[in-house]
Amino acid sequence: MKQVVASLLAVILMAVSAPGVALAQGGPLRIEITEGVVEPLPYAVPDFVAESAGGQALAQQIARVVAEDLTGTGLFREVPREAHISQITSFGSPVQFADWKAINAQALVTGAVSSEGGRVVVKFRVWDVFAGTELGQGMQFAGTADGWRRMAHKVADQVYSRITGEGGYFDSRVVFVSESGPKDQRSKRLAVMDYDGANVQYLTGGNALVLAPRFSEDGQRVLYTSYETGMPRVHVLEVGTVQSRILQGQDGVMSFAPRFAPNGQTVVYSLTQGSNTDIWAMDIGSGGVRQLTSAPSIETAPSYSPDGSQIVFESDRSGTQQLYVMSASGGEARRISFGQGRYSTPVWSPRGDMIAFTKQNAGRFHIGVMRTDGSEERLLTASFLDEGPTWAPNGRVIMFARETQGAQGASSLYTVDISGRNLKRVRTPEGASDPSWGPLQ
Amino acid sequence: MRLSAKLTMLIAVLAVSACTNANRFDNGAVDLNAATGSAGGILPGSVNDPSSPAYFQQTVGDRVLFAVDQSTLSPEARATLDGQVQWLLTNSDYNAVIEGHADEQGTRAYNLALGARRANSVMEYLIAQGVPSNRLRFVSYGKERPIEICSEESCYAKNRRAVTIISAGLTG
Repeated sequence: MKQVVASLLAVILMAVSAPGVALAQGGPLRIEITEGVVEPLPYAVPDFVAESAGGQALAQQIARVVAEDLTGTGLFREVPREAHISQITSFGSPVQFADWKAINAQALVTGAVSSEGGRVVVKFRVWDVFAGTELGQGMQFAGTADGWRRMAHKVADQVYSRITGEGGYFDSRVVFVSESGPKDQRSKRLAVMDYDGANVQYLTGGNALVLAPRFSEDGQRVLYTSYETGMPRVHVLEVGTVQSRILQGQDGVMSFAPRFAPNGQTVVYSLTQGSNTDIWAMDIGSGGVRQLTSAPSIETAPSYSPDGSQIVFESDRSGTQQLYVMSASGGEARRISFGQGRYSTPVWSPRGDMIAFTKQNAGRFHIGVMRTDGSEERLLTASFLDEGPTWAPNGRVIMFARETQGAQGASSLYTVDISGRNLKRVRTPEGASDPSWGPLQ
Repeated sequence: MRLSAKLTMLIAVLAVSACTNANRFDNGAVDLNAATGSAGGILPGSVNDPSSPAYFQQTVGDRVLFAVDQSTLSPEARATLDGQVQWLLTNSDYNAVIEGHADEQGTRAYNLALGARRANSVMEYLIAQGVPSNRLRFVSYGKERPIEICSEESCYAKNRRAVTIISAGLTG
């Protein structure tokens, strides 16, 4: 939240002359995502109006990012600008609904951009073309010029929310491992980027092997595993200062697969003693640790339920990797995966209703989701190697890593809807793996 | 923004090398034993000197291989490890780090734990045969450090390994 305040100076509800319109519950502009959208909703985003000199480029760029966000969901289809009949030349002028109806744009997003002394103000309105009314209220965001993509994402999040009734996810960041070099000499470093692959920033150098970064719930800290000391050990990094320190303090002991509890105070991770790997919890403040599992098998990849009361993890105690749920304080665990193959890397959804996982079966890897009791398993992907799902803040989209086969094999990030539709590659500067999706900012 | 200024330096020092401090033998790796596919670095001493780490790597055999998802030692592996035991008992000035590895067919965290199982089973065997435990430790690289890069069993078989790395010095 602090970062939002820093770069977006103000979010102000504009005084709006159009009559207040109730969100279209059951209205023509409602997309019910759960029902499975087959036909994307057509919409138009004409270039935003530049209200200050020299603002044309920015006004155009912002409209393009809004369109990329919306179209990228697979739920919306943009009516191309070449087809537009009306031009929006003034943000305050009445909308010529007939012109937008004629090209079958059911939703219309209009906006304006002004910039003065490095400060940029973006305002927008969303229109229900066929009803001839405004959907929600006009809003404006203000920030610095280099934060223009965030402002565009905020506009798109609003449009998405108003039409779907779901929370957005565009103004969010992903921490991941950026990979370069061939398979047998791969260099890995931590990086963060916008959800769409823009604004990549590197958090570590490439000299120490790093694995599996995980955002805290507030996006301010990152847990990860680093070989900096020669052993894999859990580290924590402050995103704001890029300062990191070893969290798990036992020298010469392997610790890995860390994840924050929702409260941000507790960290769960795996610790290896002899041949045995178990799950432990640490209180960050006091450094106090507690062993949560004590089976002779491999217990790893723990993930909290959003209310912090339970932990889902993987274990090979039955002979192969399967998913189990236990109380956050440890103790008896109940197995929830029973299908064919191996299940691993479970991650509880932010809504609390589902668990995403990696599945290996018959030589293929899948990303899948199931209810928290293991029912309604659904595989979303299939490939040579898909691994490590992470949830979008709204629980509707999953990002994961896909590695290609063979000597030239490389890893990339992909997103897919929890319906299994809209599989897309996320553009990154180099190879990428181990994504962790942060909160909506 | 704030981050980018501070990160410029980090990006500038980025090394292309994939090696880590702990995995120094991968640095500029040369294949010293193409017949078995074992890769290694240039080790101190001559291969002809039985007390040299190079001799340990080349002649005694520094690695054992494992079946898919297994950490049990095959008779062949035990024979190699018996040779390692003799060498370590004879050359008591050296310590060893056992590195456990997995092939790419598995998820990252599990493979780390699996590599640890493999390295630990080697370490336990060496200790059971008389090597003092204070001269040994282990680390797992999971699937992070393959030596063979094809996606076929011929490569996987060589990547499912535990490698005994000889290090100088009794302290530690």
